[in-house]
Amino acid sequence: MSARHLAIASTILLMSSALAAAQDAKPTDPQIAHIAYTAGQIDIEAAQLALKKSKNKAVRSFAEDMVRDHTAVNDKALVLVKKLNVTPEDNATSKALQSQAKKEQAALSKLSGKAFDAAYAKNEVAYHKTVNGALEKTLIPSASNDELKDLLGTGLKIFQGHEEHAEHLAKEMK
Amino acid sequence: MRAIACLCVGAAMVLGASDTRAKTIRVEISKLLFAPVEIKARVGDEIEWVNNDFVAHTATARDDRFDVELEPGKSGRVTLEKAGAVDYYCRYHPNMTGRVSVSGQ
Repeated sequence: MSARHLAIASTILLMSSALAAAQDAKPTDPQIAHIAYTAGQIDIEAAQLALKKSKNKAVRSFAEDMVRDHTAVNDKALVLVKKLNVTPEDNATSKALQSQAKKEQAALSKLSGKAFDAAYAKNEVAYHKTVNGALEKTLIPSASNDELKDLLGTGLKIFQGHEEHAEHLAKEMK
Repeated sequence: MRAIACLCVGAAMVLGASDTRAKTIRVEISKLLFAPVEIKARVGDEIEWVNNDFVAHTATARDDRFDVELEPGKSGRVTLEKAGAVDYYCRYHPNMTGRVSVSGQ
């Protein structure tokens, strides 16, 4: 494992702990909405980086899927919070996610070619695993509004699909 | 009595005849599930997938015999030309799977 890979792996570990922190104090609906939106935005930015850097067809089409799906989920979330009169509220978990994502983006930006493709695919598996775990264990059970709970539930199924898709991609990139 | 019996046979023939006509079998997609998840069809029948989700899906056969793009809120169709069972999935969300058993005419 190279130093860069180590850096990426430790970044993901930190992200897991950021999301685990959300478990300690039960997040409120405005915080949950902010965390879920931020997590989606981070994956869109990673995909945009992949579209800028990768020439691999499978990687590019996966990245396009991520942009399309996460944009659709986040758009739906925006419509819902407006309808519910909920203002997404920034919080420690969202902040930790953002700062770790920045580091991850920086580490990925230094890679190119096959090394980039492999690292991106591996990251996507780990990232979706982390976010899905947080949705399942913390965010969905903590959500008090039924419509928010329902959207997060559908989001979870979509992202579980991404996780499986990313696993296939990571195997291909090995 | 005999006339009634004849009528019944006649009706059965008509019903039987309509059974061999190609039909369209609808599969609804909602919250990342194909419903019904398993369908039985005959060669010549058509499957129509209706995507009720807000994300795009596909219905993609494992053996490559069909690959239908399903935009959010839209539907897509395929005519079954070959007998046999086929498993299919969504390329974007491979956790979505379904199955069609196609019998000969």
